[in-house]
Amino acid sequence: MPALPLNEAFLPSQTPPESIRNFCIIAHIDHGKSTLADRMLGITGVVEARNMRAQYLDRMDIERERGITIKSQAVRLPWRSGLDGKPYILNMIDTPGHVDFTYEVSRSLAACEGAVLLVDAAQGIEAQTLANLYLAMENNLTIIPVLNKIDLPAAQPDKYADELARLIGCDPSDCLRVSGKTGIGVEELLDQIVLQIPSPQGDADAPARAMIFDSVYDTYRGVVTYVRVIDGHLSGRDQIMMFSTGVRHEMLEVGVISPEPIAGKGLGVGEVGYLITGVKDVRQSRVGDTVTNAIRPATVALGGYKDPRPMVFSGLYPMDGADYTQLREALDKLQLNDAALVYEPETSAALGFGFRCGFLGLLHLEIVRERLEREAGLDLISTAPNVVYRVIMEDGKEIRVTNPSEFPTGKIGQVFEPVVRATILAPSEFIGTIMELCQQRRGSLMGMDYLSEDRIEIRYSLPLAEIVFDFFDNLKSRTRGYASLDYEPTGEEDGDLVKVDILLQGEAVDAFSAIVHKDKAYAYGVMMTQKLRELIPRQQFEVPIQAAIGSRVIARESIRAIRKDVLAKCYGGDISRKRKLLEKQKEGKKRMKMVGRVEVPQEAFIAALSTDADVKEKTKK
Amino acid sequence: MDRADSEVVMPGDLPVGEPVPRDGSLPAGVTAGKRPFALYIHIPFCSRRCGYCDFNTYTIAELGGDESIEKRYVDALIAEIAMARVIVGDQQVETIFFGGGTPTLLPSSEITRILNAVRLHFRLSDDVEITTEANPDSVTAGSLGELRAAGINRISFGVQSTTTHVLKTLDRTHNPEQVPVVVQAARDAGFSHISVDLIYGTPGETIEEWRDSVLSLLTLPIDHISAYSLIVEEGTKLGAQVRRGVLAMPDEDLNADKYIVADDLFTSAGFSWYEVSNWAKPGGACKHNEMYWMNNDWWGLGAGAHSHVDGVRWWNRKLPAAYIKELQEGASPALAREILTDDERAFEELMLGIRTRAGLPLSAVSQSVAEQALEDGNLDPGQYALGRVVLTRSGRLIADALLRAFSDV
Repeated sequence: MPALPLNEAFLPSQTPPESIRNFCIIAHIDHGKSTLADRMLGITGVVEARNMRAQYLDRMDIERERGITIKSQAVRLPWRSGLDGKPYILNMIDTPGHVDFTYEVSRSLAACEGAVLLVDAAQGIEAQTLANLYLAMENNLTIIPVLNKIDLPAAQPDKYADELARLIGCDPSDCLRVSGKTGIGVEELLDQIVLQIPSPQGDADAPARAMIFDSVYDTYRGVVTYVRVIDGHLSGRDQIMMFSTGVRHEMLEVGVISPEPIAGKGLGVGEVGYLITGVKDVRQSRVGDTVTNAIRPATVALGGYKDPRPMVFSGLYPMDGADYTQLREALDKLQLNDAALVYEPETSAALGFGFRCGFLGLLHLEIVRERLEREAGLDLISTAPNVVYRVIMEDGKEIRVTNPSEFPTGKIGQVFEPVVRATILAPSEFIGTIMELCQQRRGSLMGMDYLSEDRIEIRYSLPLAEIVFDFFDNLKSRTRGYASLDYEPTGEEDGDLVKVDILLQGEAVDAFSAIVHKDKAYAYGVMMTQKLRELIPRQQFEVPIQAAIGSRVIARESIRAIRKDVLAKCYGGDISRKRKLLEKQKEGKKRMKMVGRVEVPQEAFIAALSTDADVKEKTKK
Repeated sequence: MDRADSEVVMPGDLPVGEPVPRDGSLPAGVTAGKRPFALYIHIPFCSRRCGYCDFNTYTIAELGGDESIEKRYVDALIAEIAMARVIVGDQQVETIFFGGGTPTLLPSSEITRILNAVRLHFRLSDDVEITTEANPDSVTAGSLGELRAAGINRISFGVQSTTTHVLKTLDRTHNPEQVPVVVQAARDAGFSHISVDLIYGTPGETIEEWRDSVLSLLTLPIDHISAYSLIVEEGTKLGAQVRRGVLAMPDEDLNADKYIVADDLFTSAGFSWYEVSNWAKPGGACKHNEMYWMNNDWWGLGAGAHSHVDGVRWWNRKLPAAYIKELQEGASPALAREILTDDERAFEELMLGIRTRAGLPLSAVSQSVAEQALEDGNLDPGQYALGRVVLTRSGRLIADALLRAFSDV
């Protein structure tokens, strides 16, 4: 019934603010956000059934494969309310669903007046959803609680309605029940969005101010900037200015997405759409920044802008040294679309030429790595991820360390490391084991609440360094996969930290150095030396492997010299065969990295540095 | 290509080379006569296949139970000898080696027939060395006399071990008591050059048992010993037993100890090493083996045999029936060949030379790698001073690793 013919819908730039509703959907991965969004596209008629493809809004292949949404978009949905029969424009702003992209989420939320809190009726709320819910509540958004997948046999809508009601302070009967898959309840949800979410407020006559909530590089069009107009009007003929940089741009196109781009005359108060200015690099059009009119600029920027700040660092090296240039080009290209990615050239004695890269978090790291491998066809080695340390020397000199091998050797006064507030949701039976894990990881308990009778929310303050290394894996295995985790940076703390070097035959291997807490140095040393003893093949001579703090050796293993490496026979018929065998061995030797005289197979580096399992696991959940 | 040959995958198969002309002719510019010339004659028959063996050999039952194949095979060998003569021309033969298989399974008259054909087509050197391999239980005093009479002047016995359970694991058919008897019989028949083959590293063999095997042989009238560590080859019964965990994979550290034990005992009994796995009394070195290690020319006659002439290596069809068929049709039995590049030839010189007591000229290897090897105790310092690369015992044990280092220039 209420699909609205386009000729009856409001035109972009001519939509009265009181007829606009801007909302986002807060949901955990797998809780059915994309399916619900697709269903809304269908019901409002902006996508005809025959053009529908699953998860229409997830653009990139990786997103579709992983079933997660990295980049948000905004879709304009015309809707005639079933309650008052009037036409409205609903702008659905998609939000990234992962811990690493909290800032992007906060900007998407800031572009809305309301949020649909979408929770799987068979699983209940997860930590990241909770974090985003709190973010939405801090932004004073109207929350519409919705239970999805009520068609599933395993659904427990009553139980999770209670949980949601307790969280947001409403009545359980206020929770809408829908199925994105079958479409049950979706029309009612659209009507409730119109009814409950306030219309945008703004001064149509003031100088234009629009907030950038996303910025995407498109090969054909350059950077496409998604904005929400707060005050005034942006038109296609304007010259615009970015507040943070003061740089001016000619507007080439302005329009809305519905769900394909439709160029228009402009955008008015409360409207959501896109701008194209010919800029080629998303760093010139940053999320959170304010767009204004260059001729008649606003005097005050919208609040909340932050520069993206890398939290986790890792060295990326091409498996084949000859691919270095290709890696650099691939990073340059990726940065056009990823303002948070930073990198600088780095040389490792063990791994050769590569880049030290900074990421928002582990998922961000893994996504970048995977895109480099997939889109540029590169084989990469990534060093174990580490955080950034601030080292104050006794003479007061301050050093910022993003690579453990650069940790200073002189007299160190203090070392500061980043700290996060971690939120863990899990069934209450796992309290004990979760607390034990967090204590082991130098955490301090900040608080604990029951979400329902058998689900708890535990808050810990933890050093970020303890999370980047196999924490999530551990948490998952201790809770049989039930726990979910979210964290946000809260600052830095003074820590009793040391650098542990790993030496092969007396020579430090930079790629294996790590900064760890003093109490854990021994365990790291033992773990790494043992691992390497197994991974490095026996050589012609004995190879001592040591872990050391400065000149003090804390762990030692040794690889016994190989005693016999010779084929028994070499007669007439053996010669061609043996030559081919030895030629093959020589090929293998080319893939060895030399550390002093020690031949270390590439695979040993990969295996010793490998954290792939952790990261992959993390991105799944 | 012959169907049967292409379908049978044997252990130790070579990758496919380029085809050989039907008349077997050598590529243009390739000629014999630049280096000494030898003949290898393969007899692919055994009374039983040993579990560790990946050689090209068959029991009569495996060949269809037709004993006439032996005679037809010898006819084919004689045809190949005539073909070889046409291709390489009038060459003087320095050494002849009957290998297998078990050559002594053939009646001595057949050996005589083969050698007569060789004499008909080639000149034999005055001090020609003619060796046959034999199993301790495949000869008698009588047959040894006949072999001697046919012109064989060197015999190599496949003893492998004198420990009964080791022989059993290896599927060997003789018992240890036969060994001294048969060696003495060979001596009595007039063989002045007698060799024994030993294998160490058989699953279950202790170092003491190995020492006993070595000691029991050193009292015999022999002038040559080959001692090989057991190689577990894929596609053999032993390989399957190791893969299934029925037998343990040989421990190479223990094998290193066994090598040292043997080398000490051989040396104290007057044998010196002249190749990684070969020891001889003065004058007892096998000249035929040296032909291989000096990269000289040889023609391998028989099924699956390999040849080398002037930088071209080729190999014959493996199945006796296919081999016979080609020669009956007047065609070359060669299956494929490779023409070595200069780099490959240089690498082979290095690969073969480094295993020998003669060693290599210092100029053939990287100076810095050689210095490191000398410092590590892997090169003989006296020989080094004379400009030669000759391995010490510790060097011999890691000869392949050193070769990789040396050829890395």
